Amino acid sequence: MLQRSKTRPQQQLSLGRRLLRDRVLLLFALPGVALIIAFHYVPLLGNVIAFKDYQPFLGINASDWSGWENFSVIFNGDPAFLRALKNTLILTSLQSIFVFPAPILLALLLNSLFSERIKRIAQSILYLPHFMSWVIVVALFQQMLGGSGLLNNYLRSHDLSTINIIGNSELFHVLLTSQIIWKDTGWATILFLAALSQIDSQLYEAASVDGASRMKQLWHVTLPGLRGIIILLFILRLGDSLTVGFEQIILQQQAVGRDVSEVLDTYVYNNGVLGGAWGVAAAVGLVKGIVGVILVLTANKVAHIFGEQGVYQR
Amino acid sequence: MSTRIVQGVPMPGWPMRIFKGLVLLVFCAVVIVPFVGVISTSVAPNKQINESGGLVLLPKSISFAAYESLFAGGVVTRALFVSIFVTVVGTLLSLIVSCLLAYALSRPSFVGGRPILLVVLFSMLFSPGIIPLYLTVKGVGLLDSLWALIVPTMISAFNVVVLRAFFMNLPNELTESARIDGAGELKTFTNIVLPLSKAVLSVIGLFYAVAYWNAFFSALLYLNDSKLWPLQLVLRTYVINDTQLGSAELGTELLPPQASIQMAILVVSIVPILVIYPFLQRHFAKGVLTGAVKG
Repeated sequence: MLQRSKTRPQQQLSLGRRLLRDRVLLLFALPGVALIIAFHYVPLLGNVIAFKDYQPFLGINASDWSGWENFSVIFNGDPAFLRALKNTLILTSLQSIFVFPAPILLALLLNSLFSERIKRIAQSILYLPHFMSWVIVVALFQQMLGGSGLLNNYLRSHDLSTINIIGNSELFHVLLTSQIIWKDTGWATILFLAALSQIDSQLYEAASVDGASRMKQLWHVTLPGLRGIIILLFILRLGDSLTVGFEQIILQQQAVGRDVSEVLDTYVYNNGVLGGAWGVAAAVGLVKGIVGVILVLTANKVAHIFGEQGVYQR
Repeated sequence: MSTRIVQGVPMPGWPMRIFKGLVLLVFCAVVIVPFVGVISTSVAPNKQINESGGLVLLPKSISFAAYESLFAGGVVTRALFVSIFVTVVGTLLSLIVSCLLAYALSRPSFVGGRPILLVVLFSMLFSPGIIPLYLTVKGVGLLDSLWALIVPTMISAFNVVVLRAFFMNLPNELTESARIDGAGELKTFTNIVLPLSKAVLSVIGLFYAVAYWNAFFSALLYLNDSKLWPLQLVLRTYVINDTQLGSAELGTELLPPQASIQMAILVVSIVPILVIYPFLQRHFAKGVLTGAVKG
């Protein structure tokens, strides 16, 4: 952008003349910007109800201020809130440990295939679940692993004892994690495969001339080539670490109960939209959002300290 | 010493290659088998479903009775029309709004370029929160309206950024020469830029379409009236929560077994994505998206 403006003669038009000149472009941008402001920035203002005793029939403005009262569930550690926080933290750890590395491993496997055709067919199949809605994914899991699902019918027909997976509260966190792995691992390889294709093949040749084994090549050539993208994606994940899957959980909450399935997002939905505790729900949502932004900014700073690019430049 | 070298990496031995092939085969099977099971069960004969106790992997004969009852004009037919309406209208509006904004942002000397770009980028950093978003949608009077499924999600900042990157990579000479020939911004946009952007437009369009088709949360949040339910909500009620679908809901006296009806609803919501998937696939190969992400 800078280079282009250098090549043309520097016209110093006044702001008014430039606005007039670009009136068509401004008109082009208007609907999109209006939508982003209306549904991204204006709702931010709606967070004031976290500090109000919001009554739907009074509206936001007429409702009384209540100071930090709505935040007391957080500061005083309301059991229902702590339960949601605990489940969120458990799920986010499971996701960081099992969901995050899965596409890296799968990308390494795909990248090491020698047949381009097999690689392409495998990619076509493995990308597919990403485009299914959570409703479909949950339904498919029910059909496969549920009480009358494929697995248990097979066990039953062979006189083996059945396994209760769907609707079993003890296995719920594992079930959620495996559903995410099933849905998104294939698709998530796309960025890692792009990064792998950028690695200079001469590096491998040089390494193999120097006698590096395949494991050594993986460690000293392949993984350093993936470092940038891994760090970038990990920072983005950190920012989302309090978001552990709303649709997926709300769909299955009934079957296992809130003790294991309530997370921060479902807490906000259940208490606010369904329960009518608007102010408390908004307060929890607001704190969650702020923590998310802080996490991204912090992680990005740490990445800069270690000499990485991160999400944005300094 | 006869190790073959491909791309600088020595070819691994046969055991390793067979092992990798098997691992990959298992992964692919895990993805595919559920789809096969659901499709097979939706057309399998009654008797076979009862014998198996649920899912059937290979139907002995094929019957479309379940589909006939779904399309008889009841709940599912209506939900299907709702989903099609939201997807078609939503995708068109999304594409128009996103392309116009992305084009304006791609013009090098556009007066509002920098602040508007910041507004777009910054919106990706946070989400507004469920409660405030709900109150906003309620405030503009969209509750219990199909537009609630379209308007709040009409524009995706990420898609705008991808489109802008693509428009910026188009050769500048083309738009310059159009201008010299006296074409205005609108004409340059519709006659020069859009025809050159078919690949990226189809990918972004398909992304929007898949998002509209799959939208569940917004329907759950904004629609109380079950007459307005899209397919995803019907799917949740009658398949996941296992609510009985009787002749009153289906609008027909013909009643195939619940299992095959349920599987047929699943298939109806999966098939449109399976149909457009090959087109999406073709464009991934061109690296349209990864190129834009890197840029």
